Amino acid sequence: MSTSDEELTWREIEVGAIFTVPGTTADYQTGDWRSQAPSYNFDRCIKCGICQLYCPEGCVGQDEDGYFIADLYWCKGCGICARECPTGVITMVEETE
Amino acid sequence: MQNYTVFVPRLVPKKEPFAPGHRACIGCGEALAVRLACKAFPPNTIVANATGCMEVISSQYPMTAWRVPWIHVLFENTAAIASGIEAALKAMARKGLRPDDGTKVVAMGGDGGTSDIGLQALSGALERGHDLLYICFDNEAYMNTGIQRSSATPFGASTTTSPSGIKSIGQKTWKKNMAAIAAAHDIPYVATASHSYPHDLMAKVAKGIAVPGPAYIHILSVCPTGWRSAPDLSIRLGRLAVETGVFPLYEIEDGEYKMSLELPKLRPVEDYLNLQGRFRHLSEDTIKEIQERVVAEYERIKEKTG
Repeated sequence: MSTSDEELTWREIEVGAIFTVPGTTADYQTGDWRSQAPSYNFDRCIKCGICQLYCPEGCVGQDEDGYFIADLYWCKGCGICARECPTGVITMVEETE
Repeated sequence: MQNYTVFVPRLVPKKEPFAPGHRACIGCGEALAVRLACKAFPPNTIVANATGCMEVISSQYPMTAWRVPWIHVLFENTAAIASGIEAALKAMARKGLRPDDGTKVVAMGGDGGTSDIGLQALSGALERGHDLLYICFDNEAYMNTGIQRSSATPFGASTTTSPSGIKSIGQKTWKKNMAAIAAAHDIPYVATASHSYPHDLMAKVAKGIAVPGPAYIHILSVCPTGWRSAPDLSIRLGRLAVETGVFPLYEIEDGEYKMSLELPKLRPVEDYLNLQGRFRHLSEDTIKEIQERVVAEYERIKEKTG
């Protein structure tokens, strides 16, 4: 089944309108809802992963050095990670064009 | 409660059965609670999800945020469908149509789908003793349809159907105690949890699934849209709800009460109420009334823990 809602017609809909592929919202960019983005100062990061645990999106992953960083494709900019970070690594900055 | 704040990534399962890209509001506590609860599921789990925020944000056709078998059901029959799935799995194993691989069933609902509309089906499922876990994600009103009051809305909260004004203080009734209603069915496991205490939440979900027979978990989930709070305060509000005694965390195992978090002293409820726009109209007297009630309720639960 196609995952793009623009291209989907009734011919492609499964019987019973079931989903055949799990987790397809991962293709959907919620990042463009954002008005603020997290910015990182990794000098103070202790790699505790609290931001990963508390992210409602589940968009925080580890980079190759083990630092936790939000994937801006999905990050909606709620600022929970910045608020909960115990060492103050994260600050929220206004998005600019 | 165990304190797991040292090195989190090793202690939390990496799997994300609740995919990113769902359409939850910015700072949604309920999406976080679902995400954490899903992490605690064993490999074979079927989810029956009532209508409500979690259904609307996760399954906008043709997309789905779920990586577990998931069925959307009506408000009123979540627990009935979940019992049906459990009974069907048992019958198919008995008839040899399907191996008995220990597949677990989880039913999810919001506070409206649990304490108002789905209460009758839930009571039936708990009474019949099906081996399922029912999780209530309580954001204290019908947020999905535009913040209408439910029976889980706390006293004094302003919603669109209990607005505050000159002649009204908002919601006039106290929050329905769903955990006590579930416990009154004499089921093996009842618990309350909060997404601000993630390890406690995951441990409780895992325990609720593991116990034979029905289990009920009530999770307070902060809703920045309906509670009129800042999105980045979601975790703090969940924590304050517990620390002020508004939403105490406890477990009831076979009738035995156990506090999950021992608080030496309760914080004043103002700390919790002042951060939310839905309580900003409250007068000193009303806050005092809420404070007295919260302390009395907390003491009552503490007494039961013995």
